[in-house]
Amino acid sequence: MSNNKGFSHPYVPNAEPGIRQRLLKTVGVASTDDLYASVPDALQVKGLLDLPDPLPSEHDLRSHVEGIIGQNVSCRDHLNFCGAGCWQHYVPALCDEITGRGEFLTAYGGGTYSDHGKNQAMFEFQSLIGELVGMEVVGSPAYDMGAAVNSAVTMACRITGRRGVLLSGGISGDRLSQIRGFTKPVADLSSIGIDPATGLINLDDLKAKLTPEIGAVYFENPSYLGLIESRGAEIAEIVHAAGALLVVGVDPLSLGVLAAPGDYGADIVCGDIQPLGIHMYAGGGCAGFLASRDEERFVSEFPMILMSIAPGVEEGDIGFAWSTMQRTSYDKRHDSEDYAGTTQWLWGIGAAVYLSLMGPQGMDEIGRGILQRARYAAMQIAKLKGAKVPHLDGAFFKEFVVDFSASGKSVAEINAGLRAHDIFGGKDLSGEFPMLGQSALFCVTEIHAKKDIDKLVDTLAEVLS
Amino acid sequence: MSGKQSDFQAARWNEALIMELSETGARGIVPPAMDADIAAAVGDVVAALPAGARREKLPQLPEVPQHRVLRHFMRLSQMCMGFDVTTDMMGTCTMKYSPKVHEHIARSAKLADVHPLQGEQNMQGLLELMYRFNKIMCQISGMDEFTFQPASGAQGIYTNACLIRAYHESRGELAQRNEIITTSFSHPADAATPSVAGFKVITLMPGEMGYADVDALKAAISDRTAGLMLTNPEDTGQYNPHIREFVDLVHEAGGLCAYDQANGNPLLGKVRAGDTGFDMCQFNLHKTFSAPHGSLGMGCAAVGVKDFLRKFLPRPLVAEADGGGYRLDYEQGEGIDKIRAFIGNIPAVLKAYSWVMSLGAEGLRAVAETAVLNNNYMLKSMREVRGVTIPWPANNYPKLEQVRYSFEQMFKETGVTSHDVIDRMVDYGVQHCMPSHMPMLVPEPFTMEPGESLTVAEMDQMLAALKAISHEAYSDPEKAQGGPYNASTTRIDSDVPEDPDCWAFTYRAYQRKKGHWTSESRRKIERHSGGY
Repeated sequence: MSNNKGFSHPYVPNAEPGIRQRLLKTVGVASTDDLYASVPDALQVKGLLDLPDPLPSEHDLRSHVEGIIGQNVSCRDHLNFCGAGCWQHYVPALCDEITGRGEFLTAYGGGTYSDHGKNQAMFEFQSLIGELVGMEVVGSPAYDMGAAVNSAVTMACRITGRRGVLLSGGISGDRLSQIRGFTKPVADLSSIGIDPATGLINLDDLKAKLTPEIGAVYFENPSYLGLIESRGAEIAEIVHAAGALLVVGVDPLSLGVLAAPGDYGADIVCGDIQPLGIHMYAGGGCAGFLASRDEERFVSEFPMILMSIAPGVEEGDIGFAWSTMQRTSYDKRHDSEDYAGTTQWLWGIGAAVYLSLMGPQGMDEIGRGILQRARYAAMQIAKLKGAKVPHLDGAFFKEFVVDFSASGKSVAEINAGLRAHDIFGGKDLSGEFPMLGQSALFCVTEIHAKKDIDKLVDTLAEVLS
Repeated sequence: MSGKQSDFQAARWNEALIMELSETGARGIVPPAMDADIAAAVGDVVAALPAGARREKLPQLPEVPQHRVLRHFMRLSQMCMGFDVTTDMMGTCTMKYSPKVHEHIARSAKLADVHPLQGEQNMQGLLELMYRFNKIMCQISGMDEFTFQPASGAQGIYTNACLIRAYHESRGELAQRNEIITTSFSHPADAATPSVAGFKVITLMPGEMGYADVDALKAAISDRTAGLMLTNPEDTGQYNPHIREFVDLVHEAGGLCAYDQANGNPLLGKVRAGDTGFDMCQFNLHKTFSAPHGSLGMGCAAVGVKDFLRKFLPRPLVAEADGGGYRLDYEQGEGIDKIRAFIGNIPAVLKAYSWVMSLGAEGLRAVAETAVLNNNYMLKSMREVRGVTIPWPANNYPKLEQVRYSFEQMFKETGVTSHDVIDRMVDYGVQHCMPSHMPMLVPEPFTMEPGESLTVAEMDQMLAALKAISHEAYSDPEKAQGGPYNASTTRIDSDVPEDPDCWAFTYRAYQRKKGHWTSESRRKIERHSGGY
């Protein structure tokens, strides 16, 4: 209460009445009310807020909160085949162990000397992502992949001095919304047509739309619909010939087997690090990254903190520091074209642990394993009456489209049928891509054993019949 | 530790970079085994990839056995001063205890392994949590509806800027109303994010009380005013008592008012954004509401609006379902575009909800009052530290949750800067403090926010360290300028991260560029990025 009676709670030690009195006396005021002298009385809350009765006992609180979230069915209770921007992968024990370390979990803005270890972990995150994507500059984590795409395409516009952004027609509705909102004041968006047969961007359409106003061309590889683009070098050549920059969005988990965008000519690369050892947390695990070549014209446009390695005064010592903060909104304030702040560093540390564990061999094996499982699942589903896998002849990673139009059933009905058998089906694409009819985006990862995939196929057969 | 002398020694493992721990053939973890039947059925999928899609050479990731990866990151964690290990009073950051029980609850598969699109009927717990917390936040703020989509304070403020944009756009006034007013001591994001959203930003400078006065606001207001976006108390810990007049003036001019509650800790249960007349606000759940700061995130902002702005919030919103339970309302209507993928940083919502439920109304008020009391206790003693001054002597109000101190006098008398003090603090086993955000209007700034979690002994230890550093500045300035001595690494060449020929953000860049570090033809660096 606002009087001097105080309040005793494990999280607020100095609210205890005796301590509070001692502090008030030292400060030289009679009551905490005196400390709010700058706040007009009319603006102060009278009495207490109308909040639920508190549960100061840790046991009682835990039981209350666990009771609420216990109503959720998790993807470990059910078989899950939904991805679409947030994917269920195995999270190694070490990732949870390290991201749970209190020193990292509760650190914040410490610097070169106070948080040396955090800074090294961040430099290593940047380094490991750099190896995967084939770039020398990687920033600290972005808010999520959509935010990284936003930063990427707008920095490309600033570098080229052009307003036009060409986006692959195959990106998700949510991503398009994120990009539309962010780029509204500074860029003009248009879309590259998709070849219905391959699901990949139509190069003739790309060429036709690559006018001198286009500063950035963006596609995803694998695409939102899981398809692998093999013409990266050709696309890069076309884009560069028109004086634009190429931005590629990737699933970093694919890069043990798929070509690094930096190696086929991408200028800026972005993606989501959630697949790298971060739990889904209903989307809370999503976190982005942004990478480019090591050129001043790129670096000076990066919005986020860049952790640089630097030599220590003692021979062989190294340290780390936030570099060139004058680039960022912390310094630029009202002149900002992008913004920085607290993002998702803990997940960056988790991703660094993940890639350190996996190594080249692990990334090759997991990429291969996902390609194999996804293809197996697609092949089996394609055999079902009423189900068609339109891109079965193409190359896809982790996700693939299943068209149920021929079954006469909607995806919503099919997913309800699957749910009745403890299976979460694919993302319903019927609202997002109406031209695909009643299609769903299925996701198969390294966690799916043959029996899991077979159960999905058998259940689908039953639901479709 | 006495605090009187620097007898602290940080862990100094001289831990090599993970890349340098690599030994050919070592494995850290093995992915799930491939079923032979699947392998046989699909054939060599990698060989079947089109040529341009295949990776020709394995990525140059390190090859390290599992326990060595563990030790590596454990050692790095030991060279990091999180709140769990030591006192952190970094201003504007609201460092506080993040209860461990929240972490243990959040690790449950019932939260960690939930997919955002798995269907409302299978995530009722999560929706109930968001629904309940929405109601709580409405009560705390005086707003009518919240979204938890933004992933940080800055993104929350950006969301406010987008809401202001959508409101004026819906009324056909956006072309005319293109100016946002903020103040110099509000967080940089209050100026930066409306600029990103396409507004021209006018920054009010402080008067002799240390905050902008009403006349400055009146001069800035016009028929171009789209809104006001600010913190109060500002990053100086000073509350602008004319805030209601500010809000009324902007409203009269047709603008909206957004209350950045990044500094909301001293106001919990004491002052509500809604009662102050604001149309919208944002809180940092990873600061004020105890969700951990996560080494710079996993952040989450709760953005709240008054009823008339509800339709502009980004989708989906959590709503009650017909026939009981909860649902996600994806109906787009006039809602602004997505700010972040899916529905928000749910673990932070869980932790914030748990924190409020542990404390209750009386507890929240105790948090605010104790944070303010602790700060004024620190201020009382800091006044006695030689070389320290408190800016704006005309302002005699007690400060709220933090104080922007100045070491200008010390600098003039000894040459020791606030950055020197900050670096030296680490030798006393406490987290360093921040000087200030840019621009550094206060010379030699030093911003300290003790929060509500610390004991008197912990506050006294911080004061003893600062007194010892001050004493050293006046008796042995060279030593005071040379710290830290007992940190996890020695002083670095701070020109390297600023020099395009030298900076290296990845191991591959470091390999290519480190030779230049010792070159005699290095550029002269004029400007350093101090202040963080």
